[in-house]
Amino acid sequence: MDFSFLAKYWKYYLVGAKNTVILAALAVAAGTLLGTALAVGRISRRRAPRLLASAYVEFIRGTPVLVQLFVVYYGLQRLGFRFPDWPFLGRLIGVNVPDFLAGALTLGINSAAYVCEIFRAGIQAVDRGQMEAARALGMGYGPALRRVVLPQAVRNILPALGNEFVTVIKESSIVSVIGIADLMYKTDAIRGMTFRPFEPLLVAAAVYFMMTYPLSKALARIETRLRSGAY
Amino acid sequence: MALIKTTGLVKRFGKLEVLKGIDESIDEGEVVAVVGPSGGGKSTFLRCLNLLERPTAGSIAFDGATVFPGAKPKEEDELRRRVGMVFQHFNLFPHRTVLDNLTLAPIRVRKLTEAEAKDEAMALLTRVGLSDKAAAFPAQLSGGQKQRIAIVRALAMRPDVLLFDEPTSALDPEMVGEVLAVMRDLAEGGMTMLVVTHEMGFARDAATRVLFMDDGRIAESASPAEFFRSPATPRAREFLSRVLGR
Ligand SMILES: Nc1ncnc2c1ncn2[C@@H]1O[C@H](COP(=O)(O)OP(=O)(O)O)[C@@H](O)[C@H]1O
Ligand SMILES: [Mg+2]
Repeated sequence: MDFSFLAKYWKYYLVGAKNTVILAALAVAAGTLLGTALAVGRISRRRAPRLLASAYVEFIRGTPVLVQLFVVYYGLQRLGFRFPDWPFLGRLIGVNVPDFLAGALTLGINSAAYVCEIFRAGIQAVDRGQMEAARALGMGYGPALRRVVLPQAVRNILPALGNEFVTVIKESSIVSVIGIADLMYKTDAIRGMTFRPFEPLLVAAAVYFMMTYPLSKALARIETRLRSGAY
Repeated sequence: MALIKTTGLVKRFGKLEVLKGIDESIDEGEVVAVVGPSGGGKSTFLRCLNLLERPTAGSIAFDGATVFPGAKPKEEDELRRRVGMVFQHFNLFPHRTVLDNLTLAPIRVRKLTEAEAKDEAMALLTRVGLSDKAAAFPAQLSGGQKQRIAIVRALAMRPDVLLFDEPTSALDPEMVGEVLAVMRDLAEGGMTMLVVTHEMGFARDAATRVLFMDDGRIAESASPAEFFRSPATPRAREFLSRVLGR
């Protein structure tokens, strides 16, 4: 084992880790937006939105992220869609912005299915009697959901959403295959330049762990705090 | 004129027919005890009256207007505002203080200002001796206190009738009395009430009428005196001897 390459290449890891966090944050943001819309469909009292949302969820969960990535990356290009090339993001990540966005969108599309399930489970875990009590007081379905059910669902949803962020950080390593300068991509670059196939991977694993472990711990803390509130 | 009138009310869950055509009228000021063996359809009957459960067939009129079938969502909400309900398991909002439990719907539905809703809520809390619990969360209350809060929460909507579904069945025995006392108080004040209950003492001396429900039908409708002295059907006699232990 020889880790002397770190002296020269440690900055690569730093840039890669930074880009991975940005990638995951964009993906979770997109996933939460899309996932919220899906969840609204999933718990709708009407059939069509329910079916549509669960079809999405089942399909995404039943196909590999890698396939989804290629479909988004090559498929959208064929359809003539171009991802925007935002300069501010370019300065921040220092790589090809459209590819980076394609990666983030794929992860977001994927994550949305899981976010949708997190919302649905969180809402359905709230006692049915809560909705009934609110309705029995004359509140409409929407206000009852917003004022009574959702606030109680949040404490189930927030910790799970945090865990989803951790998951996306790890899964984001897959998008390095389309050349996004994330942590995994940078690691591959170091392996090529140093002719050391193994040690750089160990360092990458350590860096991923240094990102996910404190996050998981912080989330567990928040969860305990949420559960021990005044109610 | 009847306040609530059901005609041929049927409710099925899949193949299971739980209400088998109920024709019943409830007049203003009546206190109706609904009794009968478990599974007979008492809860379902009550829940149909405020449309928490959608009937399969038949019709329901409230205060002269047909509310099922054919009411629009807004009209259903208004019906539920006028028909209060108290649940076996209280169903207080655990994330809200007692005061917020009492003011949420009055502010949202009756469009009271926060100050108005709070004044009304405090008056109601005082009435059931719980004004010192305004800032407490439901989890900090005893079962009897929770149910008393649930009753005044329903009252805060100014309903025309209150439905109670076994309001004391989830309580420790020593707390049953305090809840029944509030209910007796309401009955004496002229509130129209339908009370599903196993408390035969309450049915006997607080109710103006007893409905005996069995197997999806109202098998008997009688004054408490008559019902407890000489129940007309064998099923009612059997039920009474079981719950009264004689
Ligand atoms: N949501 C439901 N889905 C299916 N069956 C139900 C539902 N609610 C009640 N039932 C059934 O209807 C019957 C009557 O129930 P219920 O009205 O609760 O009777 P009671 O209150 O007199 O005990 C029971 O057999 C019960 O299992
Ligand atoms: Mg019942």
